[in-house]
Amino acid sequence: MAQKDPYDIIIVGGGPAGYTAAQYAARAEKKVLVLEKMLSGGQIASSEMLENYPGFPEGIGGIEFGQLLEKQARRFGAQISMEEVQGVSLTGGSFKVQTKKNTYTSGAIIAAAGVNPRYLGVPGEEEFRGRGVSYCATCDGAFFRDKDVVVVGGGDAALEEAVYLTRFARKVALVHRRDRFRAVKYLQEKAYANEKVTLYLSHILLEIGGQNKVERVVLKDLARGEEKVVPTDGVFFYVGNNPNTSFLGDLPLKKNSGGFLEAGDNMETDIPGLFVAGDIRVTPLRQVVTAVSDGAVAAVSAVKYLEEGE
Amino acid sequence: MSKHIVNVSDADFEEEVLKASGPVLVDFWAPWCGPCKMLGPVLEELAEDLAGRVKVAKVNVDENKESAGRFGVMSIPTMIIFKGGKDAATLVGFMSKEQLKEKIEEQL
Repeated sequence: MAQKDPYDIIIVGGGPAGYTAAQYAARAEKKVLVLEKMLSGGQIASSEMLENYPGFPEGIGGIEFGQLLEKQARRFGAQISMEEVQGVSLTGGSFKVQTKKNTYTSGAIIAAAGVNPRYLGVPGEEEFRGRGVSYCATCDGAFFRDKDVVVVGGGDAALEEAVYLTRFARKVALVHRRDRFRAVKYLQEKAYANEKVTLYLSHILLEIGGQNKVERVVLKDLARGEEKVVPTDGVFFYVGNNPNTSFLGDLPLKKNSGGFLEAGDNMETDIPGLFVAGDIRVTPLRQVVTAVSDGAVAAVSAVKYLEEGE
Repeated sequence: MSKHIVNVSDADFEEEVLKASGPVLVDFWAPWCGPCKMLGPVLEELAEDLAGRVKVAKVNVDENKESAGRFGVMSIPTMIIFKGGKDAATLVGFMSKEQLKEKIEEQL
């Protein structure tokens, strides 16, 4: 394990929150390291177009946006390394950040690691991944031309993707455990109006079955307590997101029931020197525009924290 | 496109992949898939790192439905590692360079 020179601030996650924090902290002449496990941009990089970010009236490609964030952070002197953080620990007044190959130390941490799609964990979900189970309708919709698919979930993403899938599929069964959808009204109306969409409200998916690929699902009608087998060719999951907090181990941080991190107005946590930003925290809105805002606030708070300690 | 990656079609899949002398990593992708686009630069770096050891090929599933169908590709990106004309390992979804390299090394 290589021990590297200490940093002022280590930022975990290279998405909009992380790179904005990096830019602000580097401009304040702090020695900054961003650690990103996948690819610059985070979730937005998998989005074809970012349509609602102010200042880009024609929209901007998700991947391109991620690369621009990285470039801007570098311009102000932030260092960036593509490594997955495995653990963070506190020793004395400084943080130790462990990756597979390196151990870094810093005076402050900004946790901006974002979220990942939640897995339901039903039998067959993992087994049939890539054989009918999917988490990306835009990627895989075309493989289900004239076939039947099931969409699980009740939020905006679930309804939007269910309607999107009707472009290809013969039938789309929308399965949601509650008796009403969480999605915004206009998406609900679009789903109701689409003849190809069948609603299974108050139903849960129990398991996915088939030989080499998805052939059927077992649903349970919660209102009647009955189980039924529905033949299908594909299952798309949109059951929400989980925050990426495992690298924080058992540090005493406040979380809500979904595991998101609680932070104050200055993005501070109960651990002095540990700040959070972006989708990972409890927040009323998870958008690029809110993530960059969090990142800026977290950076300014971290800089202030470090300077007060000097 | 990087000089280390070959674009393969239904017409030359047999020749380029199945009859290749060494291991071949085939990326099944399409232009409308976000995670596939994310994988693009990762594969280019990987192809350069592994040049001479592993051949890296890309198959556009939109234009080459036969190859995708033959190996049961129903989700993209899917990467299949072929050895001696057989599919030795299948990887579904975006992966970091580090993760992908590990999976490939297992097959070498």
